[in-house]
Amino acid sequence: MSQELNHELNYDHVLIRYGELALKGKNRKLFENQLQENIRSQLKDLNVKLRKTHGRLYLDLQGESFETVHERLKHIFGISSYSPALKTSLELKAIQETALKAIRSHSPFPKTFKVSTKRANKHFPHTSQEMNHKVGAHVLIHTDNLKVDVHKPEVELMVEIREDAAYIMSQKFKGAGGLPVGTSGKVMLMLSGGIDSPVAGYLCLKRGLRFEGVHFHSFPFTSERAKQKVIDLSKQLSHYAGPVTLHIVPFTEIQTEIKKHVPDEYSITIMRRMMMRITEALAKKHKALGIATGESVGQVASQTLESMHTINEVTNYPVLRPLVTMDKVEIIDIAQRIGTYDISILPYEDCCTVFQPKNPKTKPDRLAASRLEERLDVEELVKQAVENTETLRVTYEEQEKETIDHLF
Amino acid sequence: MAVYLDNSATTQVAPEIQQTLMEVVANYYGNPSSLHRIGGEAEKLMARAREVAARFLGVKPDELFFTSGGTESNNLALKGAAFQYQSRGKHIITTQIEHAAVYQVCKALERDFGFDVTYLPVDHNGVVSVQDVEKALREDTILVSVMHVNNELGSVQPVEAIGRLLKKRPKVLFHVDHVQGVGKVPLDIKGSGIDLLSISGHKIHAPKGTGLLYVREGIRLYPLLHGGGQEEGLRSGTENVPGIVALAKAIRLAKENEAQHIGHLLKLKQILLEGLADIPGVYINTPLDKRITAPHIVNLSCPGIKPEVLVHALEEKEIYVSTTSACSSRKDQVSRTLEAIGLEGPRLHSPLRVSLSIYNTVEDIQYFLQTLRDILPHYQKIMRV
Repeated sequence: MSQELNHELNYDHVLIRYGELALKGKNRKLFENQLQENIRSQLKDLNVKLRKTHGRLYLDLQGESFETVHERLKHIFGISSYSPALKTSLELKAIQETALKAIRSHSPFPKTFKVSTKRANKHFPHTSQEMNHKVGAHVLIHTDNLKVDVHKPEVELMVEIREDAAYIMSQKFKGAGGLPVGTSGKVMLMLSGGIDSPVAGYLCLKRGLRFEGVHFHSFPFTSERAKQKVIDLSKQLSHYAGPVTLHIVPFTEIQTEIKKHVPDEYSITIMRRMMMRITEALAKKHKALGIATGESVGQVASQTLESMHTINEVTNYPVLRPLVTMDKVEIIDIAQRIGTYDISILPYEDCCTVFQPKNPKTKPDRLAASRLEERLDVEELVKQAVENTETLRVTYEEQEKETIDHLF
Repeated sequence: MAVYLDNSATTQVAPEIQQTLMEVVANYYGNPSSLHRIGGEAEKLMARAREVAARFLGVKPDELFFTSGGTESNNLALKGAAFQYQSRGKHIITTQIEHAAVYQVCKALERDFGFDVTYLPVDHNGVVSVQDVEKALREDTILVSVMHVNNELGSVQPVEAIGRLLKKRPKVLFHVDHVQGVGKVPLDIKGSGIDLLSISGHKIHAPKGTGLLYVREGIRLYPLLHGGGQEEGLRSGTENVPGIVALAKAIRLAKENEAQHIGHLLKLKQILLEGLADIPGVYINTPLDKRITAPHIVNLSCPGIKPEVLVHALEEKEIYVSTTSACSSRKDQVSRTLEAIGLEGPRLHSPLRVSLSIYNTVEDIQYFLQTLRDILPHYQKIMRV
């Protein structure tokens, strides 16, 4: 797969492959349609055309630069690979010349190459084999120090013969893989503002899940800046997800109640159980079938297996933990790659230290937690929190229409 | 009606930037470091300013550090790199025609801190050669500093080519003083292998006391100002919020309309050059080759006449130009830059600099030319030129 882009050529098309979807029947249709829709929505500000033929997508650039499209395509899940292409007429000479132009644009100039022709157009006078020879020979005659290597060529010249035209490609870029966002249903993602939860959201997207963010906000124990941080994280994730729905749950009262009635060592456990209940209620309300978190085993006190066991008691919704077996280093690596890391490390309290117990229980148990919760009006607290939840829609595209915009 | 032709010294603050300044001064008085909402609002403005500036410069927001202007940016780049990396080596390469804010820093590093500085010559056009840079590189070279556009002549240095050369030497930092280039000569910062780059606000219609330094990701500098740890600890001091917002807006205006501005400036410069060519006793010092000159600076000499006399004579007619750079025009010394391109005798001692901005009109230029034609013979007669 190519890493570097050739700037020499003016590509007019991009061929997008999603063969690895390995799907059958009705599902395949669904996936293809969702993928098309996702690509269109990520490119909607550009003057490009997307068509589907023969299990491929063709993007007609109509004058847009490949670089611009490249920057966006690489983040769209469900694409296995894509290639910038040059369109030519079905004349042999034109195909040969374009193939030569394509290989000449490679820098440094390759030592080995091969030609692979696909002939969807069966009326074309030459077979694929013949075309491989004819194009290969033409390239060999007009270049120096180039050899054919059919096993491990540095450059593979791909020639596609279609009904109306031929397409020549010489580069293949790796797509983001995974499944198109929206093909696997929806989860509620608990977004704290830390490093892990945005990564968990990203990995859900990778498997085709949509998510709606849920953030617990305890003003004044946590500041407006902490909330802004979660909005910024959602904005960054919208590069991969499209517009993100974000639920801001007022949590001050619940935390105050817990502080008042629950011994310190159990406060985190009970707090997490309350969060779970509220998230499940929001999931019901917004028709999501699961809950996703950024938990990873053993990372902090509330993420031991005992802790998860105790916290999970309050919901029978599937709780997805995409990071469950990852090391912090691996998580940070992904966070940096997807651009959430720098936002996450801004030093604002998310889970307020005011309530941070000195010795949180690393091995809480269900029975003790349930008993302690009897001191709270759990149902009413959850109901109040859900009712007063503020819902925003966040996207990177539109600059927020804020009062400060006109100053710039 | 004043005809201001000293835009390389400073520029008028653009009306829409004045608007912004007033509003920010009036409504956003918070300290960005304060925790409360008033501080938060100021911080938000700064964050947005950083984003806007980064977007239009084609860099990342966290690669920009706000300073008090070009001089501070240059000092921070050079001293910051020299002190941070002196264990690697103590050799610096620069040119003979740098602005004082680079040149004098190099002199100080030589004199007081034991650094070894190579000052590269320029050709008769005021352009440094990439080969000379390559030849000057040594094992212990840690920094190369070359300006983008020379403030006196307007000659453009081959910074992209120097950047390409230095890509092979990752241990050598490359600093570019971009102060006179912003919005006038396009520069691809990311694509040119530049590590450090200085920008000044008051040269692009923002107020004085504003500027920034671009520091490529991964580079550490030793700070000049220690204190409260603002700007990631690289530049402590409560941030000049109105100035920072104004600077971001100025960068946006300069970059958004770059092509159009350059077109306008080139048109004015053409009229100016054609007019000057017909005036006896006027010599053009700025190179005429369009590929190596900026569109807004013309340096000329009227041998035999003290340039200060002409500055004041023009001032009487409400035309404002300068002798050489504003910074050295009050000292009685010849211009380093003009010496470096090989000028001597009367021509070296009589330079005038005309520098344009987008606010100048064709009428301004015609009025200046007419006035010069009118007054020059009078002074030539007195001085017996």
